[in-house]
Amino acid sequence: MKIHPHRQHPLWLAFFLHRVSGIALALFLPAHFYVLALALTDPSQLDGFLAWTSNPLVKIAEYGLVFLLAVHMFGGLRLLALEFLPWSARQKSLAAASLALAFFLSTTFFLQAV
Amino acid sequence: MIGLKLYMLQRLSAMVMAPLVLGHIAVMIYAIQGGLSAAEILGRTKGSIVWALFYGTFALAVSIHAAIGVRVILAETILKNRHALDGLTLAIGAGLAFMGLSAVYAVTAS
Amino acid sequence: MSSAKTMLLVSVWRGTGTQGRYEAFEVPQEDNQTILDVVSWVQQNLDATLSYRFACRVGMCGSCAMMVNGKPRWTCRTHVGKVAENGRIDVAPLRNLPVIKDLATDMDPFFDKWVGAEGHFHPTRTRADPIEAINPESPSRKLADEGIECINCAVCFAACDTVTANSDYLGPAALNRAWTLLNDEKDGDRTGVLDAVSGSGGCHNCHSLGSCAAYCPNELSPITAIAGLKRETARSFFRKGR
Repeated sequence: MKIHPHRQHPLWLAFFLHRVSGIALALFLPAHFYVLALALTDPSQLDGFLAWTSNPLVKIAEYGLVFLLAVHMFGGLRLLALEFLPWSARQKSLAAASLALAFFLSTTFFLQAV
Repeated sequence: MIGLKLYMLQRLSAMVMAPLVLGHIAVMIYAIQGGLSAAEILGRTKGSIVWALFYGTFALAVSIHAAIGVRVILAETILKNRHALDGLTLAIGAGLAFMGLSAVYAVTAS
Repeated sequence: MSSAKTMLLVSVWRGTGTQGRYEAFEVPQEDNQTILDVVSWVQQNLDATLSYRFACRVGMCGSCAMMVNGKPRWTCRTHVGKVAENGRIDVAPLRNLPVIKDLATDMDPFFDKWVGAEGHFHPTRTRADPIEAINPESPSRKLADEGIECINCAVCFAACDTVTANSDYLGPAALNRAWTLLNDEKDGDRTGVLDAVSGSGGCHNCHSLGSCAAYCPNELSPITAIAGLKRETARSFFRKGR
């Protein structure tokens, strides 16, 4: 996939990450809610599901989800800061810092999980 | 395809969620140590008003936030009809809120 | 003293309306040559039917903007040496605007949105009144000054993906104009401007993807202006509940 020339700058990439992580989280939410509701409707099925999450592949998927959540939150904080705080040209470095923090948090999660 | 009101709802729900997301990530890192079991999770959450309020607020805020977010993406890609957008925004928000609150009820009601 | 001139390979968009294709031309490279020089050379030496638009040639009038190698540029102030890729240049009409012919776009949608953003001055005095004194050092005047050098070239409008995706969206230039008016102490319709930028195509649709500020030839920052509008409309939302 080729990124259009006019999109080749850091803030466009930050926008793209925010949108993709947002869609992915919105799609994940119903499944997440459904599984938790099993606690009431079908507890044995919930335990079976939780046992399935110890699968290494599922762990990697979980890492991805936590990463998406962190990236979306820090990207969102960047937007809130840009919109509601008086802002200077440091936004690019803020975007980079949010990405780094997201990596840090999701990696911490991953290390704890394995 | 959003005006001032939807924008404010989107940003306010985001501000509510920022600390909740951090808390949620911390809870996950703590909870998954030594594997997950339903009994262990439910033992902590059942009958807890604090957990019910924390995740109840979270579920409502995320329903509003996700519904408006999906609306914007649909409006900018495939759905240009204003009434269809309004209906879908409401349906997604209500559906997520119902599922989310059911899940919170399931894990916190004693 | 070189014997043969280096030739530039220039692809120029030709066509009317939604129909068209790129046509290749070879143009001799010169020192200090601008993209507008290249397009003019083609029109004067190779194909007199090539349509394009320019007036001042010195970055004042805002009429010569085009897509150059996929990025929106003011062609009269864009040097070939800075943007050519291995001697190749693609020139196309601005994005997000209907094409009239070849490189000339219909700028009406761009200026209609300027009007839609209430982007005209709302006077409070008549010519009989004395001139209102404005302190050039006041914070609001400084904010207004940061945005008033806009030349209406529509480079930001062409760069913006939100404009592409949302036909109602007023776009960076019109919203930047609204922001300068909001900070102009002489303007008499603050509420009107705030209302105009709060509709379904208003400032709240901006996703802060920053292409406007990245490509503005006068180095203005519409993204900052739009953030200011979001802040002011949010403030009025809390004050008046609307």
